[in-house]
Amino acid sequence: MPETLLFAMEAAINGLAAGVMYALVALGFVLIFKASGIFNFSQGVMALFAALTLVGLQTGQIPFSHLINAIFGTRMHHFGFTLPTFVAIAGTVLVMIAFAWLVERLIFRHLVNQEPIILFMATIGLAYFLEGLGDIMWGAEVKRLDVGLPQGMSGPIDDLTFAWFGYGFFVDSLEIWAAAIAGLLVITLVIFSQYTKQGRALRAVADDHQAALSVGISLRFIWVLVWSLAGIVALVAGIMWGAKSGVQFSLSLIALKALPVLILGGFTSIPGAIIGGLIIGVGEKLFDFLLGPIVGSATENWFAYMLALVFLLFRPQGLFGEKIIERV
Amino acid sequence: MLDTKPDEGYTTADGRQIGGVAMEMKNITLRFGGVVAIKDISFDIRWGEIRAIIGPNGAGKSSMLNVISGFYHPQDGEVWYKGYRRARMRPYQVARTGIARTFQNIALFEGMSVLDNIMTGRLNLMNAGFISQAMWWGKAAREEEEHREKVEKVIDFLEIQHIRKTPVARLPYGLKKRVELARALAAEPSILLLDEPMAGMNVEEKEDMSRFILDVNDEFNTTIVLIEHDMGVVMDLSDRVVVMDYGKKIGDGTPDEVRNNEEVIKAYLGVEHD
Repeated sequence: MPETLLFAMEAAINGLAAGVMYALVALGFVLIFKASGIFNFSQGVMALFAALTLVGLQTGQIPFSHLINAIFGTRMHHFGFTLPTFVAIAGTVLVMIAFAWLVERLIFRHLVNQEPIILFMATIGLAYFLEGLGDIMWGAEVKRLDVGLPQGMSGPIDDLTFAWFGYGFFVDSLEIWAAAIAGLLVITLVIFSQYTKQGRALRAVADDHQAALSVGISLRFIWVLVWSLAGIVALVAGIMWGAKSGVQFSLSLIALKALPVLILGGFTSIPGAIIGGLIIGVGEKLFDFLLGPIVGSATENWFAYMLALVFLLFRPQGLFGEKIIERV
Repeated sequence: MLDTKPDEGYTTADGRQIGGVAMEMKNITLRFGGVVAIKDISFDIRWGEIRAIIGPNGAGKSSMLNVISGFYHPQDGEVWYKGYRRARMRPYQVARTGIARTFQNIALFEGMSVLDNIMTGRLNLMNAGFISQAMWWGKAAREEEEHREKVEKVIDFLEIQHIRKTPVARLPYGLKKRVELARALAAEPSILLLDEPMAGMNVEEKEDMSRFILDVNDEFNTTIVLIEHDMGVVMDLSDRVVVMDYGKKIGDGTPDEVRNNEEVIKAYLGVEHD
């Protein structure tokens, strides 16, 4: 097999792994958008906040310690204990659920029946608030996140591909784990929405608010539920991203990469978010590999947006979005 | 006028026994800004009866139905249900007290199949915890089966077996109306509110719908409140009729009483000039 093709395949596989990350963030967007019509700009920051909280709980950091130290002249930073990973994760899930409840109680309950643009603006405000809160609560330094997943080159894949092609692919085992966990998460979400009472209610609300009310579904409960789910999805995205490149505030920028994913996959489709994420991940890696040397490198920064632009021109509803049909 | 003491019922012309007062609207006034949609209206609804609210377009009939189902909250007046004054309730809370409804412009879950749509009607009757539901464990599986059986009954009853798996968006208007009725029935309501169940239907569909309404009332003893602006249909169907015009009540009684009511005739045929 020619070497270039092998390199391209390696790039594509690594692209898939990056795509899983994009898909995870996009998934959080889709959940909230479907159920409430809100485009949640703060999804990326939620991932950051969840990851910060997880590290904070894991390492026994004292929340707001900088603030407390500045006011009282103390020098406390840590409680002096560490929590096992799964306890810290459970704690973070609870924090994200509390966050969802607060968001409904303090923001969206007061914005019922407002224009979508106003709800969108509220989520921008929320994003800045949450970023600031994360900073003041847990500190702004880059933190190492270790949840016990294996990292570094995956041996089996290296051996296997070497045996087949005579060239070992470099794939980070963390990314294989990330893909597996993301897959599990999506399957769980699908089972939840198809076979449980709350899942049915969720689909009902996504379809028609008025009809949902008439069969006795509480919209407030559903909003808290989807924001909690989005929070949990954000946590998973935050863990994966944080484990790979440390928990840092640039994490919130992954939300921007999710935008082209959504335009590709459609704002209302869960499979769309996943496949859109994978297409963007593979696309940008392949594009960079094949055409990067010609157009000058660093194409990964703009390829996704270009692709989104092309889609906006020719297929604005995305690959899987609901068709825009106008009845006359 | 018929005897309307709260504790006693009455017997209809065709010999059906109607029960005591299920719901009573007392001096309801509803305003939107400066517009008075409902002006000081009182009437009652009795267990087991088919109660119609009629009136020309814009009379405030739908507003009244929305007050009953909790979508609108009147500025003045009280709603009494099952002998208690009802506190201000949200629509989903009203639904949980056994009041189901349909909408004038059909509110179905367009993306779901007919079966799934009707299943949502039973959401409030489901109890199993969601982990066992997700895992399809014992109680949840049994419960799901029970609910499916009940839903199949409703499907048979309304003769929509042939479209069970069809996505609702593909159905013609008349069938959508029937699916909406099915969803409301699946909730096993004590009171069923129908907002213009026959609007936009052809004669044959209207006859079918009338038959279903009578059958529902007969079979499940469901109390039915329906809104129509087509006098003819209502008169054959209902036990007692409230007539509204410009937000006011201008008549209340049996179809015959209402038909001969001066004010009602005026509202429908216009004032005679002499």
